[in-house]
Amino acid sequence: MGQIILQDVTKQFGTVEVIKPLDLDIQDGEFVVFVGPSGCGKSTLLRLIAGLEDVTSGTILIDGQDATLTPPAKRRLAMVFQSYALYPHMSVAKNIAFPLRMAGLPRAEIDKKVKAAAATLNLTDYLDRRPGQLSGGQRQRVAIGRAIVREPAAFLFDEPLSNLDAALRVNMRLEISELHNQLQTTMIYVTHDQVEAMTMADKIVVLSAGRIEQVGSPLELYRAPKNTFVAGFIGSPKMNFIDGRDAQEAGAAQIGIRPEHLRLSMEEGKWSGLVTVSEHLGSDTFLHVNVDGVGTLTARSDGEFGVRHGDRVHLTPIEERIHRFDADGKAI
Amino acid sequence: MATQHSRAAARLMMTPAVILLLLWMIVPLSMTLYFSFLRYNLLMPGMEEWIGFMNYEFFLTDPAFFAALTNTLLLVGGVLLITIVGGVLLALLLDQPIFGQGIVRILVIAPFFVMPTVSALVWKNMFMNPVSGLFAWIAKGFGLQPVDFFAEIPLLSIILIVAWQWLPFATLILLTALQSLDSEQLEAAEMDGAPPLSRFRSIILPHLARAITVVILIQTIFLLSVFAEILVTTNGGPGYATTNITFLVYAQSLLQFDVGGGSAGGIVAVILANIVAIFLMRMIGKNLDI
Ligand SMILES: Nc1ncnc2c1ncn2[C@@H]1O[C@H](COP(=O)(O)OP(=O)(O)OP(=O)(O)O)[C@@H](O)[C@H]1O
Ligand SMILES: [Mg+2]
Repeated sequence: MGQIILQDVTKQFGTVEVIKPLDLDIQDGEFVVFVGPSGCGKSTLLRLIAGLEDVTSGTILIDGQDATLTPPAKRRLAMVFQSYALYPHMSVAKNIAFPLRMAGLPRAEIDKKVKAAAATLNLTDYLDRRPGQLSGGQRQRVAIGRAIVREPAAFLFDEPLSNLDAALRVNMRLEISELHNQLQTTMIYVTHDQVEAMTMADKIVVLSAGRIEQVGSPLELYRAPKNTFVAGFIGSPKMNFIDGRDAQEAGAAQIGIRPEHLRLSMEEGKWSGLVTVSEHLGSDTFLHVNVDGVGTLTARSDGEFGVRHGDRVHLTPIEERIHRFDADGKAI
Repeated sequence: MATQHSRAAARLMMTPAVILLLLWMIVPLSMTLYFSFLRYNLLMPGMEEWIGFMNYEFFLTDPAFFAALTNTLLLVGGVLLITIVGGVLLALLLDQPIFGQGIVRILVIAPFFVMPTVSALVWKNMFMNPVSGLFAWIAKGFGLQPVDFFAEIPLLSIILIVAWQWLPFATLILLTALQSLDSEQLEAAEMDGAPPLSRFRSIILPHLARAITVVILIQTIFLLSVFAEILVTTNGGPGYATTNITFLVYAQSLLQFDVGGGSAGGIVAVILANIVAIFLMRMIGKNLDI
């Protein structure tokens, strides 16, 4: 079981309110991703759930029980830190065994569980090494191993992949997703990378300045962002925002259109402009087009679309994919 | 890039310094060595003669020598024990966020700035004096018989004084080591269910191992040659109760005017220090390259 409910939780450091009053339901077995720009309070929120920080006000329920004042060790949560926080003087095996040793399990059982975790995470060959003798990805796996042996009610990850290179990050992302499918345990995952959020999450929580902007599945957030912040944060490349005459025509203060929802043509279209940069990724091409009277728009086309810097192209938004926002940035 | 040529030039330019250092060390050492084989008493000038290992024989068979050796080891060991245990505890305390942290830290470090003769005198006359000392006053306040420190527990008193001087050093080194500990490691251990004592044993202490080794090494070097504190408090007495090797060498050559015997003692002290150094190096080799 790993149901976590936050009710009216706030956190202040001194006089600064880092977490504004906030409600959140996390169901058992869900993979929840906290995403938001740097400094928005993601780590703080995670640490509140872990019990490493005390809430200023509000209640935290874990499996229906009030855990607001429960010390971290008693919450049955396991955390994987951004810096891995492995114990440098212990071997990999000892690192993974540490929580079990603290729980006072018999030796034979500890050995069995460590072996099983090592096998799951491909660490069997490294059990005798010190963390200092491992690569970043292996250290990450040890940290995960130390978390899974405890069979916690939920896993908490704080930007676990941010120290890894791009290729390894994609790999580890898959491994963590697979692990979640295998264990079916609640996972809360903090990242500022919206690609990680979109690919891994059952449910995304978008945070900004200590406030929840929107909660929903990746596709919900993609299709129906509640405001310009979420609209701009989710999706890559970013949504194009257009105000002025075109927005008024649509009956809004501002409209947004994603790059992949702009039709490109060499002959005719609603807008036209000069290509300033074209980024060829192979599968896709991203065009930055300086549209007369609107500004720079990003458009996506397939990889074979052969235009270059200085070419004139025409863009037409797909009507039903246009997002409308009012003057406060709320979706209409 | 050091080419053949510039390396030769570097060697040439370093030579004066190296030669000077070598002379600095070799001349006194060889003179001591030479004197240690002579009958050389300041009361009988002009009577020096070669007597082989006689001085060594006298020094090593002198009952004072074993007393001094034991005292030296007890002094070094006792002070190390107090400073390291106390230093770890103080460092843990000072690492907590407290009001007036900066001032408290300076206060803790202050004893290190007091010179040994002065601090020993202060301890002797203001704290440990059986009549007018602070401890005597406290004891009387409780209706107890005051302890005459330098008569009843002379060596322990000296250990206390020296430990008081070195505690700040140990605290300082251990505090900096403690502050370099990644707080996420402690948080991880906390989440892993480790109670405070286990966190200390499994995370903090191993992290401090290196710093402790450094403290042991540096302090041992200085503690083998404690002298001023003994001179101004007990003068090595009562009997030989607080005579360490350093003080014995001093007593031999300057109180008994036996330069030959003192030199032999000095050489023995050098050999002992080297034996200790070998042990320490082993320990460090094990602890320093993790
Ligand atoms: N111990 C603390 N004392 C005071 N302010 C703090 C403390 N910890 C965090 N903050 C502040 O709280 C805010 C949120 O910090 P937090 O670490 O939660 O951000 P984050 O969303 O995790 O950012 P990042 O993506 O960079 O890790 C920041 O403005 C930070 O300065
Ligand atoms: Mg963070």
